[in-house]
Amino acid sequence: MSDKNAHEYWKSNIRIVLSLLTVWFFISFVCGILLVDVLDSIRFGGFKLGFWIAQQGAIFVFVALIYVYIYLMDKLDDKYNLNRDADEAAGQARKESEDIR
Amino acid sequence: MSVQIWTFVFVFLTFGLYIGIAVWSRAGSTSDFYVAGGGVPPLANGMATAADWMSAASFISMAGLISFLGRDGTFYLMGWTGGYVLLALLLAPYLRKFGKFTVPDFIGDRYYSRTARLIAVFCAISVSFVYVCGQMQGAGIVFSRFLEVDITTGVIIGMAIVFFYAVLGGMKGITYTQVAQYCVLIFAFMVPAIFISILMTGIPIPQIGFGAELNEAFGGGYLLDRLDGLSSELGFAVYTEGQRSTQDVFFITAALMFGTAGLPHVIIRFFTVPNVRDARRSAGFALIFIAILYTTAPAVAAFARTNLINTVNNAEYAAMPEWFSKWETTNLISFTDKNNDGLIQYVGDPERNELEVNRDIMVLANPEIAELPNWVVALVAAGALAAALSTAAGLLLVISTSVAHDLMKRSFMPDISEKQELRSARIAIFVAVLVAGYVGINPPAYVAQVVAYAFGLAAASFFPAIVLGIFQKRMNKQGAIAGMTTGFLFTATYIVYFKTINPAMDNASGWLFGISPEGIGTFGTLINFTVASLVARFTPEPPEDVQAIVEEIRLPGEAIAR
Repeated sequence: MSDKNAHEYWKSNIRIVLSLLTVWFFISFVCGILLVDVLDSIRFGGFKLGFWIAQQGAIFVFVALIYVYIYLMDKLDDKYNLNRDADEAAGQARKESEDIR
Repeated sequence: MSVQIWTFVFVFLTFGLYIGIAVWSRAGSTSDFYVAGGGVPPLANGMATAADWMSAASFISMAGLISFLGRDGTFYLMGWTGGYVLLALLLAPYLRKFGKFTVPDFIGDRYYSRTARLIAVFCAISVSFVYVCGQMQGAGIVFSRFLEVDITTGVIIGMAIVFFYAVLGGMKGITYTQVAQYCVLIFAFMVPAIFISILMTGIPIPQIGFGAELNEAFGGGYLLDRLDGLSSELGFAVYTEGQRSTQDVFFITAALMFGTAGLPHVIIRFFTVPNVRDARRSAGFALIFIAILYTTAPAVAAFARTNLINTVNNAEYAAMPEWFSKWETTNLISFTDKNNDGLIQYVGDPERNELEVNRDIMVLANPEIAELPNWVVALVAAGALAAALSTAAGLLLVISTSVAHDLMKRSFMPDISEKQELRSARIAIFVAVLVAGYVGINPPAYVAQVVAYAFGLAAASFFPAIVLGIFQKRMNKQGAIAGMTTGFLFTATYIVYFKTINPAMDNASGWLFGISPEGIGTFGTLINFTVASLVARFTPEPPEDVQAIVEEIRLPGEAIAR
């Protein structure tokens, strides 16, 4: 892989990480802690919104963030043709040759 | 069958399972012993990470803590899960690509310095050791309460089991027993939670029951409204409102998150998967498996608290059910009839309150308080033991690899053969088990307190050094060493000052910026980052080959050969 490609790959990687960490910070520290009393004025079912985000919602968002990260990074790796280990590449080749037949 | 017999059956079966797995997965090489040969599938690693991570504290104490802290308990929930986002995005994939055995390995190689490696070894061993003592104590409590053996015998049984599979199988044995332990602990946590949710709200999913209306038998109305009402009626803090200052909650949450991402026994789990892609995936699986327990815990906290107040307040002491007297004998619950009316007054005012409840009881006794079947009660013991032993094993492995690999092989005795290194690792685990067991039986007063601070220390030492090592090519050994040292010393000094030297000042007005010792690790982390960046600016940049390593770990693909 050329230095230029490696540089671009790393820049896209940083962009993905930073935008996901912004969401991470917003949901936990902003919604779950700093604005929790304001959000508590909104109710749904038996929950106050701020309390729910702090004790449940933020955790669901954390899980979602990791899966969005996995998805975006897989796409990025594919774009730069990275992260195919030997087995996977062999499996791919076998499948392709079967497809041709 | 009685609770006692059920408990014996469950404990016997699960321990048999762990031993069977240990025999099946013996380690033959140092690579097997340190990183399970690097061939663990991401799903299995996710489960193992979850069991590794969820300790006796998560299983036994956390829901209880939350039920007494109310909304303030949030910092445990968000702190101990949010750290996985940092781990997945900032550390796991790159450390896997780096592809060595331990965290001090990374620090030592990336900062081309034996001093840095030794500092990392010191931090890894002190953090892990403090943590493992708590696990042994937890196992001892469970044995003594459920199997009615004394704590010493309990700790020795626990030590023997951990010793057996950790020494025989190393990381390989630990990984597959942790997979089994995850299944045991999550089943043991969820079954009572589901039962109680059905009992109190008629809804089988605790996360939903948490926000639902109570059955008529429990007074109707939304659970949380009812709990808020009961709390203010009895003079306790309102459950869904916070008591601590916002900045303190903010700092504690951040310290727990950075600490989670910096704990060596969690980080090394990501060295065991085949490649970078799998490292990302297993971080995702790990957080799902952890989130199952962590989103249930606050629901259990609210159910248990409501149920406890309903059962005991203004009830006749003589008419208390069997569990009450059983837990009284362990001193986890105690009643003094101050006004001699034969009734239990459980209120917020310490002058009139007659009931002291230990927080651990909320999970351990919850199934009994809710009158669930005997086998459900017994399950909790097996689950708590699985949680304590799985974490203890992961921590002991960190201690043993730090000694055999980082201290001996990489620092002082580079000429030892693989066989000798493997034998040293086994001896190191053996010694560590003995010491941890001794401390578990004779806990010095400060150990239990210090466990909570292990996070602050990990946050202030490892987290910045690793993140800078990956994201700042210019970071050099002078910067990293200065950062780790100042971060660790600042945090440790602050904690020791308020906890042992001057405990009278340990309150919001005595603290720096109103940050409690639990939250000071965040400050230590920031100091580490700042000092490291400043020092690195005025000292020579790292050598070419180190900069090449940084370039290399940023790209996934073929792992660097082990």
